[in-house]
Amino acid sequence: MNIHEYQAKAIFSRFGIPVLGSHLIKHGDNVESFCESLDHKAWTVKAQVHAGGRGKGGGVVRVMDKNDLESAISDLLGARLVTNQTDDEGLPVSAVLVEETAQISRELYVAMLVDREQDQVAIIASAEGGMDIEQVALQTPEKIITQYIHPATGLQSNQIREIAYGLGLGKKSQFQQLHDILLKLFEVFVSCDCSLLEINPLIVDRDENLLALDAKINFDDNALFRQREIVELRDFTQENSHEQSARELNLNYVKLDGNIGCIVNGAGLAMATMDLIKHHGGEPANFLDIGGDTTQGKVEKAFKFILSDRNVKSVFINIFGGIVRCDLTAQGIVDALQKVPLLVPVIILLQGTNAAEGRRLLENHHKDIFLVTSLVEGAQQVVALANS
Amino acid sequence: MGVLIDKSTRVLCQGITGTQGTFHTRQAIAYGTRVIAGVTPGKGGTTHLELPVYDTVHQALRHHEIDASVIYVPAAFAADAILESINAGIKLVVCITEGIPILDMVKVKSVLSGSETLLLGPNCPGAITPNECKIGIMPGDIHRSGKVGIVSRSGTLTYVAVNQTMEYGLGQSTCIGIGGDPLHGLGFIECLEMFEHDKATEGIILVGEIGGTAEEEAAEYIQGNVSKPVVAYIAGVTAPPGKRMGHAGAVISGGKGTAKQKYQALEQAGVATSRNPAEIGAQMRGLLSD
Repeated sequence: MNIHEYQAKAIFSRFGIPVLGSHLIKHGDNVESFCESLDHKAWTVKAQVHAGGRGKGGGVVRVMDKNDLESAISDLLGARLVTNQTDDEGLPVSAVLVEETAQISRELYVAMLVDREQDQVAIIASAEGGMDIEQVALQTPEKIITQYIHPATGLQSNQIREIAYGLGLGKKSQFQQLHDILLKLFEVFVSCDCSLLEINPLIVDRDENLLALDAKINFDDNALFRQREIVELRDFTQENSHEQSARELNLNYVKLDGNIGCIVNGAGLAMATMDLIKHHGGEPANFLDIGGDTTQGKVEKAFKFILSDRNVKSVFINIFGGIVRCDLTAQGIVDALQKVPLLVPVIILLQGTNAAEGRRLLENHHKDIFLVTSLVEGAQQVVALANS
Repeated sequence: MGVLIDKSTRVLCQGITGTQGTFHTRQAIAYGTRVIAGVTPGKGGTTHLELPVYDTVHQALRHHEIDASVIYVPAAFAADAILESINAGIKLVVCITEGIPILDMVKVKSVLSGSETLLLGPNCPGAITPNECKIGIMPGDIHRSGKVGIVSRSGTLTYVAVNQTMEYGLGQSTCIGIGGDPLHGLGFIECLEMFEHDKATEGIILVGEIGGTAEEEAAEYIQGNVSKPVVAYIAGVTAPPGKRMGHAGAVISGGKGTAKQKYQALEQAGVATSRNPAEIGAQMRGLLSD
């Protein structure tokens, strides 16, 4: 789960990590009176969306006076922001953060994430802040400092020294600030069940103070059950509406660009099905794993859901019955067909437990339902039907 | 024969009285697995499925000898259940549970590395040595004893691979589902090593997916250490970057973990690969008859 910059900075403030003073204005608030209440000085106006690349996309604007401030806010609020990390439609800007400006002397980078090779939280730092860190890692890997945090010790002083000297923050006052910030960051990471925490840039200002100029936090979805306050921060307007309704139906779904709907049990098989469709010249419209404990009702829900996607020109249902019984899947499809009209052809492959019974239920059931006996045959047919 | 588990393996079930625990323990017993006892805190002293139930793993060990524990405990408590079995010194822990918070697994991995316990999973279907022992949620009746070892990050794709070995009359020595979580116990390399040393195993099927670099490391390991033929399949060639594809660990991040990179690494290491899971069986038969 993602949150906005202003929400991440509120968490930082709560834990004592320094950020700039700021004010939030939401869509629908009175822009004029909001601007009236602010001091007449330079501000940075930042669109709040769940995507990076805001600066280049026009979502971060520096203004020098109140007139500019008002128009910058009005331009962004209620608009959609397109960046190199969003799709062509962009994301809605329903809040804008108006932040004090800083006198920047250095821009650094700090992040924490769980490293799946080391099985520990990694802290990554670089003196090359404000840039695309993946590019830095690719082109100048020696400029990246990585330390792994053992769960029993937490972040150790020697590791902080390693980072501080690596970043050129050996001077006592700066070292102390970095020390505090990193320890607090790790505290945020653990106590909020983060999966990624990033400050890019962490700045040193002209007075040699360290400040988080930006803040990005992602949370571990598996831990949300124990993070009630964090869950409250979720902004559904930033998420794909189709994916959102899938979540409400408890379906494991990812929207894709193609026109062939996929309903599969098991994440691996669902990916394999997409791959084969592509291999045979088609484009999958989605990833959908209906899970290993699939009930008849869930199949019906999934089927109705996929048919509601207007991009879908044909559907491939691929079930390998293990614990899931193919006859129950078939019954789910039959039930769904009584409630929704079938406007596109459907290819069905049933294998494994009770596959024969399932096929019998669907045979001659509907003129647009085609039963196949192999994955390749299914992929070829569903692609041909989508293109016809 | 086979690896990890066989007909002598004595199994404890943590979370035995829950819906999942009950259903799959019943199936395991019907398959012939030696399920000895169960654990559910608060239900100690009762019996369930005609098996004794204990409050803690330690209590169960006071009355029985146990070789392996299988966990069907809800995600919020599953990491602690794994730690309980590690603390009790159980040799093999199989955790089926999906959705364990990743920071809980960081702790588990830290304790695990100083112990004698092998962990399989979490978020996995378990392991089966056909006709001998089934620990987990795979359907027993699709398997037959045979000569192919299967190791996989995906549940259903393992069943597809099993089906492939059946179609070509090869059967399976042992099938191991290592699970779809980013932090997990046994990996490809440990399983490849076991299969390499197992007399019943003549060929190995490796089923990987996007995310992480386990397949790349496996490729390197196979090149230097595995003499038996390996066929590899990787799911997720069409997966978009940054999107989690069902499994917590199936995500391409920072340009790392693509299926293309994995296929490339495997092919450079001389491993036979397949772009179609329905061709795995034919490929394996071809390699075995060479």
